[in-house]
Amino acid sequence: MSLHVDAGQPTRAPMPPSRRHVRQRPGRSFMTWLDLKAAPYLLVSPYYLLFLIFGLFPLGFTLYFSFFDYDLTGTVEWTGLGNYTAMLGDAAFWKAVVNTLAMFLIATIPQILLALMLANALNKRFKFQLGVRLGVLLPLVTSVVAVAVVFTQLYGRDWGVVNWVLGWFGADPIDWKAERLPSWIAIATMIDWRWTGYNAIIFLAGMQTIPKDLYEAASIDGASRRRQFWQITIPMLRPTMIFVVLNSTIGGLTLFSEPTTFYNGNVHGGTNSQFQTVSMFIFEQGFREFDYGYASAAAWLLFLLILIGSGINFLLIRRIGGNK
Amino acid sequence: MTTLSAPATTRRRRKAPGGAGSLWTATPMTRLILAVTIIISAFPLYYMIVIASRTNTEATDMPPPFLPGGKLGENIQRVLTNPDAHYLTGLTNSLIIACTVTLSVVVISTFAGFAFARLKFKGGKILLLLVLLTMMVPLQQMGIVPLYRLMVSLEWVGSIKAVILPFLLNGFGVFLMTQYTEQAVPNELIEAARVDGASTLRIWWNVVLPAVRPGMAVLGINTFMLIWNDFMWPLIVLTPDNPTVQVAINSLNAKYGTDYVLIFSGTLMSILPLIVVFIAFGRQIIGGLMEGAVKA
Repeated sequence: MSLHVDAGQPTRAPMPPSRRHVRQRPGRSFMTWLDLKAAPYLLVSPYYLLFLIFGLFPLGFTLYFSFFDYDLTGTVEWTGLGNYTAMLGDAAFWKAVVNTLAMFLIATIPQILLALMLANALNKRFKFQLGVRLGVLLPLVTSVVAVAVVFTQLYGRDWGVVNWVLGWFGADPIDWKAERLPSWIAIATMIDWRWTGYNAIIFLAGMQTIPKDLYEAASIDGASRRRQFWQITIPMLRPTMIFVVLNSTIGGLTLFSEPTTFYNGNVHGGTNSQFQTVSMFIFEQGFREFDYGYASAAAWLLFLLILIGSGINFLLIRRIGGNK
Repeated sequence: MTTLSAPATTRRRRKAPGGAGSLWTATPMTRLILAVTIIISAFPLYYMIVIASRTNTEATDMPPPFLPGGKLGENIQRVLTNPDAHYLTGLTNSLIIACTVTLSVVVISTFAGFAFARLKFKGGKILLLLVLLTMMVPLQQMGIVPLYRLMVSLEWVGSIKAVILPFLLNGFGVFLMTQYTEQAVPNELIEAARVDGASTLRIWWNVVLPAVRPGMAVLGINTFMLIWNDFMWPLIVLTPDNPTVQVAINSLNAKYGTDYVLIFSGTLMSILPLIVVFIAFGRQIIGGLMEGAVKA
């Protein structure tokens, strides 16, 4: 194992035991058919079976319910697009949409940049590599509710560490839960604290697949490190970037646990819903107001939002280094 | 091989020729970034211990306490005996749920990943595309009302069955294992096994399974953490007297909002199992992620 001579061949995969005898016998065509033709379908069937029951069925019924006035009392009444038109005029829904988008942007943009920077640092040679990488992943181990509990304390108005530190610089205590922007920032930091390290490790994995010769060639051509980062690393990271950004988009737009815990487990999202997300809105409509039809319609609008968000992000990333 | 200290992480490094070495050497800036990151990563966890081992008066002191106190045992006792949280039940439930779901997601995904990556079959591409599409759908939020109604009619509301079954479905797992199998199991290996007369199932067991084990570890840990942390669905479908650990913390949070040490002690205990998993499998998590990428 001194050098990879045949870099294309994964040499570490175990070889099949060669001592096994050839067992092909005639007259076993059914078994052969079962083994070669049916086996793939059998192997994938558990997933699709579960998808049918717990994926497709609820999805279809959510659409169906969304056309009805359907609540706890049992009244089921066809309203057509009534739920949707009502929602488009519902200020509470739009407020949740704006909150969700704002928190997503405030959280994701710094997070991707920080993760890239961190991955770049992790890609260097230093001691205690495993320990450092584990340290970076540590926040991921913490449950979302736990993160939210600690940060809620840190962002406390009267006894919080954040306000105490801000006090050193003469700032007045901020009531982080009371206003829109402060609460968005507080929640965004919870998300970033938890996910930046994870994304950095994913980026690092991507960075290590980039052939080092590219950098060596660029160095010889006199390209600065910064230039190498933007012109080699970033374009070559595109597949990883798509994965990370789409993941963050779906996670960000379905945000629920952090803001809910921030308001002591209440899905209203603050006194004036200043940090209520769309997921919390769905929860509130469905399981606090017991307006199943309305909640279902909100779920489909959330899906639409995710499709649009993912589409935009996908196109944006495709354009990074699009000349490749 | 014996001279290598960390096999999972050093494979590439050895290749870097000396000439361009400076490009990969850690600068003081690198060290600073890493040090600050680790401090930020660890601080909230450390702070959790600090508050969990104090009294409520100390917790609301100004300036806030930054060193652990001696009240941890007492506070944990209070959590465990709290009549509203059902904390131990929650802890047990979470363990059962997370282990069951993890095991089945890993097995189902490894099967499907093998089929998609290395077996040619009609409709395979379309089926895989379908998996990718379902990954885009937040099933939990989208299907929440019908799923709840389903659980009501099955009379599963309040039972942990209701939290296990819908989560056996994991598109990400299938996608990950497909990717991983493609990288870790070369076609020639499968063909060689076929020539030797091995059946598909035997190939899965003898060839695929040993090669994709790091991928399974990554998926398993991912799934375990995802399920352990899940909050929205258990909050809807479980009752406070038979909760998951997250729902138990939520009960504490909702009822004893200002009893910080109580909430923090409960929270601290809820992340202990994850820390154990993390320490036990940390090398595999990182190794699996890295190796998967290097093999590409």
